[in-house]
Amino acid sequence: MVFAGEGYIADTAGSWLSMPARLVIEAGKVNRQYFKDLVAYRELFLLLAWRDILVRYKQTIIGIAWSVLRPLLTMVVFTIVFGRLAKMPSDGVPYPILVFVALLPWQFFSNTVSEGGNSLISNASMISKVYFPRIIIPTTAMIVSLIDFLISTLILSALMVWFQYVPTWKVVFLPLFLGLAAIAALGITYLVSALNVKYRDFRHVLPFIIQFGLYISPVGFSSSVVPDRWRMVYSLNPMVGVIDGFRWAIIGNTNLYWPGFFLSVGIASLLFVIGFLFFRRMECEFADVI
Amino acid sequence: MSIIKVENLGKKYTIGHDLNAGGAYRYQSLRESLAHSVRGIYQRLRHPLSPNIENTDLEEFWALKDLNFEIQPGDRVGIIGRNGAGKSTLLKTLCRITEPTTGRIEIAGRVASLLEVGTGFHPELTGRENIFLNGAILGMSRADIKRRFDEIVAFAEIEKFLDTPVKRYSSGMYVRLAFAVAAHLEPEILIVDEVLAVGDAQFQKKCLGKMEEVGKEGRTVLFVSHNMAMITGLCSRGMLLKAGGLTCCGPVSNVVLDYYRDRGGRGTKVHYRISDERPGDETVHLVSAEVTNQTGDDSCEFMIDSSVIFKLVYHVRRSSGRQIVPGFDVKTADGTYAFGIPPEKTSLNSDQGVFEFTASIPPNFLNEGTYFVGIAIYSFEGVRMTHVHEPDVLVFNVKDNLTDRPNPYTGPIAGVVRPRFETSLEIANLKASL
Repeated sequence: MVFAGEGYIADTAGSWLSMPARLVIEAGKVNRQYFKDLVAYRELFLLLAWRDILVRYKQTIIGIAWSVLRPLLTMVVFTIVFGRLAKMPSDGVPYPILVFVALLPWQFFSNTVSEGGNSLISNASMISKVYFPRIIIPTTAMIVSLIDFLISTLILSALMVWFQYVPTWKVVFLPLFLGLAAIAALGITYLVSALNVKYRDFRHVLPFIIQFGLYISPVGFSSSVVPDRWRMVYSLNPMVGVIDGFRWAIIGNTNLYWPGFFLSVGIASLLFVIGFLFFRRMECEFADVI
Repeated sequence: MSIIKVENLGKKYTIGHDLNAGGAYRYQSLRESLAHSVRGIYQRLRHPLSPNIENTDLEEFWALKDLNFEIQPGDRVGIIGRNGAGKSTLLKTLCRITEPTTGRIEIAGRVASLLEVGTGFHPELTGRENIFLNGAILGMSRADIKRRFDEIVAFAEIEKFLDTPVKRYSSGMYVRLAFAVAAHLEPEILIVDEVLAVGDAQFQKKCLGKMEEVGKEGRTVLFVSHNMAMITGLCSRGMLLKAGGLTCCGPVSNVVLDYYRDRGGRGTKVHYRISDERPGDETVHLVSAEVTNQTGDDSCEFMIDSSVIFKLVYHVRRSSGRQIVPGFDVKTADGTYAFGIPPEKTSLNSDQGVFEFTASIPPNFLNEGTYFVGIAIYSFEGVRMTHVHEPDVLVFNVKDNLTDRPNPYTGPIAGVVRPRFETSLEIANLKASL
């Protein structure tokens, strides 16, 4: 029998995912390793995201058509209901553009939350059979939503060409607002996905919450319709800051309500931290419960 | 230095008795949980001084308790035990899927776990895509998978279907692909649960060979199985778990033997006292069987240089005019049929009555290891009839005390049997042989 010495270990160290070569698992002290693990498993994160994207766009043509159709239809309905029937102010932009600019971040947010919220359940077999930082899974949902976001951006560009509308130079700040949307979405996704593992009927509540969020966020209308004294309260919804930011960056002629915006940033960050900590606390139970 | 060191390991589950039928701790529903806490608050308001009511319907269950052991680099360890003994929980804590409740585990090497074949396989993706995905889930890097890709495909024998979605694969192909990925991991510690139960026999053999290779490369393998033949064939050491505790740990043959003894029935002796429970048909019943040595002690370990005696008592209940032929079947621990022992003379055997059949295996014939003895009683006139067929009823170990080795080698010697032959070694006549 051949017993390998040190040379063997040194040889494979590079090819194996950079997992710790020495590991101590102690009851109640598993946390220590966590951030190192997150880095070590980045490749798995990318592969899972790649898997979800592949599966989503592979299954049918409908997969792609759906991500084009859904925002378009929502935009049409909102334009008719809020623009034509309710005659809401459009801040001097074509109403479809006003709505679509808000739909971009909203769709990104709601897709992340609804996909991510159920992601742990749909990957249950993996969770109970192999170790990796579980937070990878709900985070992956955001990457898939990002692809949908990019497709929607193309539609928006087409709309703008159609309406011959040129965005302002402030559009360069768009990634910042997208980042804010991502932070808010991830925070809620972490909360929801962990709750979903523990309480299975939570997923019946989730679509309702998302639907509700669509109506309280300024998607179908401009947040300038909200009376000034309520603007601060309204900004407690972090998506208000995100959507206003998107409109500010693309449409440009509305002013951003800065105090409200910073409140939204604060709330989004808080949500992220709470969501992350809650997820971490529940995480060690997942494999036992799922 | 040990590669895995476990101290005081314990894992507690809380079982809620008011939950679903099995009573196991599964997911709760939010509605139930809310109702429960509302009820709790209500009870508290009504009886503010009563002790905590919450705990009354919860019960603690220790799946693992006070486990202490060490595993040395290069050990291939078989973990055995009945269902619910805690084997899978142990594996899951070792590969960090669940967190232990108490204790400490120290692991000095990279771990790959294979608790299920094809974890993370997606039916819509092609074989090629799934190889990368599954490899990453098991802990391989992309570069690593790329490097071994051809090897994996060749091992799985699916070259033609590489770009077909795996949902169109046959179950055999699916398993082969999944195992092929796992088999090409290069961890220092490989943890395998009962995953080889799937797949055809030929592929199983191939997998076993691959795992053995892994073990021989100096890697540490932890293997859970109910198949004792696989355990003894593959592992050098064994661990027997019972009710979450470690009851026995040592060379694999001893542990397997302990496991069988623990299950009752099997051991060096069986005796069916109640006639209704005796195996057999209307003609012949098996009464008892045992394996002893000359001194008749009932230890189940026999030294390699002592003879082993098989004894079998059967009851012929009616004269059928057929000649009753008893026999022993001897198998090695990995299930290989070693030899059978029919009686040399069977003339008196058609009569009614109780018969005893004894066979003596000479000293220095069986090799070191675990052997299973099965019993079969036939008659052959016209059609062959099997009156009694009890495979693997007895089990015993043969030990080598190393006092009588003909040369300085003291390691294990391969082979089912190890007879001593008449040999000669002397100075050759130079002129004649060169």
